[in-house]
This record gives sequence, C-alpha cells and structure tokens, in this order.
Amino acid sequence: MSEQNVKAEWPLWEVFVRTKSGLDHKHCGSLHAADAKMAIQMARDVYTRRQEGNSVWVVRSDHIVASDPGDKDMYFDPMEDKVYRHPTFYKLPGSVDHM
Amino acid sequence: MASASVTVSPAPAVQYLLRVGDTALILGQRLGEWTGHAPVLEEDIALANMALDLVGQARALLTYAGSLEDQDLDEDQLAFLREERDFHNVTLVELPRGDFAATVLRNAMLATFFRLLWQRLRDSSDAEVAGIAEKAIKEARYHQQHACDWVVRLGQGTEESRRRMVAAIDQLWRYSAELFSDDAVDEQAAASGLGPRWSELRPQWETEMNTVLQHAGLEAPAPGKFLSAGKRGQHSEHMGYILAEMQYLQRTYPGGEW
Repeated sequence: MSEQNVKAEWPLWEVFVRTKSGLDHKHCGSLHAADAKMAIQMARDVYTRRQEGNSVWVVRSDHIVASDPGDKDMYFDPMEDKVYRHPTFYKLPGSVDHM
Repeated sequence: MASASVTVSPAPAVQYLLRVGDTALILGQRLGEWTGHAPVLEEDIALANMALDLVGQARALLTYAGSLEDQDLDEDQLAFLREERDFHNVTLVELPRGDFAATVLRNAMLATFFRLLWQRLRDSSDAEVAGIAEKAIKEARYHQQHACDWVVRLGQGTEESRRRMVAAIDQLWRYSAELFSDDAVDEQAAASGLGPRWSELRPQWETEMNTVLQHAGLEAPAPGKFLSAGKRGQHSEHMGYILAEMQYLQRTYPGGEW
C-alpha cells in the first residue's frame, strides 16, 4: 500500500461500553471512522447490537499512551512477592457487608 | 396446497397497514443486499442492523394486518405467499439498491418519512398500532440520523462523492411524490383515527429533507408530474425480481421452517 493510501484511511478509534448505569466503561474493541460523530454511531452499531450497553465512549487510538511491553519486567514483576499489599490480612467486623 | 398464493382483504385499514408494513419489508430486503458488500465493515453492520429493524417493524404490522377482517393470515403467508399486485409498498423501496450514495439518500428520504409517520401513529385510535409505533419511532430516529449524516458527508465530500449524490437525487427524488399522494385508503384512515393521511406529513418532510440537502450543499429538483403507484399495487419492473428472491424458498418448500 502506498503511503498516500495509508494516510487516506480512516483513523482507528478505541471503543468503551458501559453495560449498566453506575458501572464503569470497559474497553471492548476498536473501529475505523472518519470523525468522532461517525465513531460514536459505528460503536453503537458494532458493539451494542446485543444490548451490551447503555453508554459508549470512543477515543482516537493514537491519543492513548501505553506502557512499553519491553518494560514489563521492570514495571510489573516486582509486585509478585508483595502479597502484603492486598488488604486480605485484616479481619472485618461482621456488620460490614459487600467488601 | 400450502404454496398457493394468498390474497388480502380490500378493507382500507388492512391496505393502510400493509402500505406501511410492505414499505418497511421491501426496504429491509434491499438493505440486506449490502450485507457483505458495504464499503467498510462498520457500515456493513450498520446497514444490516437497520434492515433487521425494518423487517421487525414489518413483521409486527403484517401480523396485525393479517389478523384483521377474519383473514387469519400470518406474517409469513403475507410476506412469502402474496403476489406482486397484493404488495402495497411504495415504488421507491423496490428500486435496485444502487451505489452507496443512492442507498443513503433513499434511507434518508424514507427514515424521515417513517419517523414522521410513526410519530403520528403513536396517537392511533388502534392501540395495537400505537404500540408498534412507540417502539418503531426510536429505530426510525436513529435511521434518520445515520442516513442524513451520510448525505451531508457525501455531498460535502470529494468530487466523486458529490457527483454520486447528485445522480442519486436525480434518480430517486421523483419517487417521493408517491409518498404523499392520498386516496380513499388515507381518507378512511384519517376518518377512523387509525392514522394520518400521508399528505399531512409532506410539509415537515420537505422542511427536514431540505435542511439536510442544504447542509450537504445539494438541492432538491423542482416537483415534476411523475407519480409512481407501488402502494396501489402497480409496481416497477424490479418488484418481481425481489419477490422471486424473497419468496423462492417458501414457494419451493411450502411451510418450510428452520
């Protein structure tokens, strides 16, 4: 594909769908669209056709800053042996529900 | 034999409901032709979604129309065992799907019409029809937004997209006259409170369509004398081919289910 064709392609958008009021928007995929308005409509058509949600967010994929997969060891492995960071060692009073 | 054709009651209420239902059904069939062929995947899914909305609306209306006047015809019999003259869709929907510009223009014309019609049918004296309208109007609103957006995009897009939009208007606009040409069926519906005379929707339809065309930098042609008559059972040469495709299975394997 020539460079011009690549540029003429519609940009990629990431789609986030909220399944229920009160829950958070979850990433569910991506799509190509010419602009924000079209991206919202297409997100609705592509990702909510089986009643998956009641709200959608879209964001241009190139606006997302991601961590470098090469940094994975340095970033995330050190947490492996630090179970004490989980609050599971506390005893909860019986009257506290839903924690 | 189960594959023998069925005929429908000439009662005006039945005819009125079939005009709405058949127009939705045949447009749904035409939109379905884009499945696997739309310019981009996302649009492919969008067109199929809209086709399914329309088929859903048609099912509700056909089922109800078939239950009136002791006809005892179900939705499948009405969709698959009627002959061409007994279909009451407007001619506009039976025209070949054309290119993407023609598709979105036709969708814009009909979604705008349907939205206005459903809006009025919500107040129908017939509770069943009012209920169908209540659900359908949400779908029509989205169809209108989707299609009108595309008309504006293509009208203001490239030289080619604009050329195609102009060609689509040139080809399709004249068929809008049929939407608003009243007859005894409309009069009866207005008198009984079943639904509006379709001509009553014209001023608002023209206002909304002209706004869209204006945004698109396009213009509606001056009204001409051409008047199609699909809703009175007089169809174009394209109708027979759609029915052949739609009805082939039920005609060949009567009562077949899956």
